[in-house]
Amino acid sequence: MATLNEIIAKICPAATVAEVDGAPMISVDDAHWHELAKALRHDANLEMDYLVTIAGFDHVESMGCVYYMMSTRHNTNLGVTVLATGDRERPVLHSVSDIWAVAGLYEREVYDFFGIIFLNNPDMRRLFLSIDWKGYPLRKDYDASPNINPVPRDNERQSDFTTKWTKDAEGNLVSEQVEVFAPDDFVVNIGPQHPATHGVLRFRTAVDGETIKKIDVYMGYIHRGIEKLNEQQTYAQSLPFLDRMDYFSALNYHHGVCMVYERAAGIEVPRRAQVIRVMMDELSRIASHCLFMGTFCMDLGATSMLFYTLRVREQILDILERTCGARMSFNYDCIGGVMQDLDANFQNDVKALLKVLPANIKEYKKVFVGNVIARNRMEGVGVLSREDAISYGVTGPSGRASGWACDVRKWRPYSIYSDLDFDEVVLTEGDSMARFKVRLAEIEQSARILEQLVDNIPEGDIQAKVPKVLKLPAGQWFQIVEGCRGVFGIHLESDGGTKPARLKYATPSMPAAGVVDHLTRGEKIADLITIGGSLDYIVPDMDR
Amino acid sequence: MEVTAQGMPYEAFKDNEYIESLVKELQENGTNVVVGSLDKLINWGRSNSLWPLTFATSCCGIEFVSLGAARYDMARFGWEVARSSPRQADFIMVAGTIVHRMAPVLRRLYDQMAEPKYVIATGACAISGGPFRDSYHVVKGVDQIIPVDVFLPGCPPRPEAMIYSIMQLSRKVKVERFFGGVNRQQKQQEFLREHPVEGVNDSAEFNTSAPEAPVTDKQ
Repeated sequence: MATLNEIIAKICPAATVAEVDGAPMISVDDAHWHELAKALRHDANLEMDYLVTIAGFDHVESMGCVYYMMSTRHNTNLGVTVLATGDRERPVLHSVSDIWAVAGLYEREVYDFFGIIFLNNPDMRRLFLSIDWKGYPLRKDYDASPNINPVPRDNERQSDFTTKWTKDAEGNLVSEQVEVFAPDDFVVNIGPQHPATHGVLRFRTAVDGETIKKIDVYMGYIHRGIEKLNEQQTYAQSLPFLDRMDYFSALNYHHGVCMVYERAAGIEVPRRAQVIRVMMDELSRIASHCLFMGTFCMDLGATSMLFYTLRVREQILDILERTCGARMSFNYDCIGGVMQDLDANFQNDVKALLKVLPANIKEYKKVFVGNVIARNRMEGVGVLSREDAISYGVTGPSGRASGWACDVRKWRPYSIYSDLDFDEVVLTEGDSMARFKVRLAEIEQSARILEQLVDNIPEGDIQAKVPKVLKLPAGQWFQIVEGCRGVFGIHLESDGGTKPARLKYATPSMPAAGVVDHLTRGEKIADLITIGGSLDYIVPDMDR
Repeated sequence: MEVTAQGMPYEAFKDNEYIESLVKELQENGTNVVVGSLDKLINWGRSNSLWPLTFATSCCGIEFVSLGAARYDMARFGWEVARSSPRQADFIMVAGTIVHRMAPVLRRLYDQMAEPKYVIATGACAISGGPFRDSYHVVKGVDQIIPVDVFLPGCPPRPEAMIYSIMQLSRKVKVERFFGGVNRQQKQQEFLREHPVEGVNDSAEFNTSAPEAPVTDKQ
């Protein structure tokens, strides 16, 4: 804290530091922001090397961004609020994409939603919406009338150029058109309809023979505007959308968002509900990793693996279905606890699962990990270094495969995770094989957690008393939890009403897609499938 | 809380008013013996080897993956040959939300498929926009873009429901007149006229391949 004040006093004495949600929140003006960001990133006592997310906001009289960052070495976090300069027509902020690699992508998202232009960002295009889209949807005065943006009948207009905004010596905004690919690049289009992109993601790939030179990632083919929808609905109504974002981490995401609401409203969750939530999280983690292994191996040509892994997944879905009532969109965690009590056979079912898991894992290892074709295709392919993993914000099993211990359950224990005995799986190779192995080992760790809890579910209430329509006090909250694919962050801004003023989800899939370009440069085009598959992104999760 | 949802009663499963009325309508003018028998034979083959297009945008697609795995095993019905190329597929299961950016792509995929082709709108999103109906970027039903043969509700539908929907489709295929294709292609022709794509002359293409009033059906 002392160093923080020193740095601020040195760079921008006008900036203020307030305590928001247990962490310092710096308010700084745009002129000093880039310099401050550099100091925060490189100062030895702060070393904020992981940018969690950038959440844009529109307070009608002002627009700007909240930056959340963490230090992997010191395990501290802080937020920075920067107000945009300029009028509503053209709000401007300085880019920090040269400091954190992932920031470039996040800034494009903010530009798409709020129309804030980031100076010196080399790629200032819309991210989710087409170039002909009128208006910025997350602004408070956005007109959603279908007459303004009708459903397009013709193919989308494409541009090979991107814009870079800079300021000249007199302080005027200057835009410069930059070509995305070099003039003699041979560009191949992959997706959005392609079986190996895991959904509707599109890569424009510049190739030299079989070697990839550059990949331009196109998102937005399943952008559903969940964040805007949430602003129009009450807190409880915002929950079902989480089931449909990352449909494998539905329970984990619910857990995180419910925790934010409970913290904001000061609700104490009964111990029984907490244990149930954690058990459900771990069950869905096993199911998610099982499906990952199945589809990933299928991408590589090993079709039979899908049948082996889905066998376990179906067993877990049965357990979840008996309690939650659905196979996929559970909507089980609710504000204050869980929707309904456990099924009478829940404990027996989980024990039966734990009994068959070790044999299954052994089988997976035998069939696939030791397989010479799989090893040749995965080992040494798409190596991600620890520094790059942090800079690109690649969390979860993919980050841990690069040697970055980023498991929120250990790093920032929430709920009852601090009472549990389990290991964080960290490998150092950083290649596709390591990413696969981490997930396989995590199944074992999740099974360990389940083993500890299955006989120790305390009696008691499953729900705290919560008003039907929740009203949160005005303020800001930020929470991270461990989804199945990595750090899931929730930025909540409340104006004291029954609806969130701004709810921003920082999902792990978006940085994972953002790192594809970096990982595949110089690799063969066949390895794009391996690398993309091993990063295990979910497209509705990145598009939201 | 006890869950009292029940499965579909067996009578309801066999009750197909829609298909029956379709058959009745088709047989109003009678059928040529030779062509009718050939129709039956071809449709028997077609309805038992419907090949889906590997197409999924979101959650419903994962249930479609489950459909392919051992427990639900769609290979029992001859649907397991999921094709990645639209040119080889018989039907497209629109599994998931279709958003503005995806709409022209879906339309193009549909156009690339070879006749006869079918569409199943899978899940609430594909039918009407579902929970995302109020969103600025979501298409409120894929029937705005392409003609739909079977609507399958659910969010996401269970694999059993998906099996039922494809069975419903194969029943529809079974009663079709393969020669002439009266019941579908006229509607489709109207549709394509209403939704022109630059550079594609829909009407001309159809006039040459399928005559509007098939002579063979008149006795």
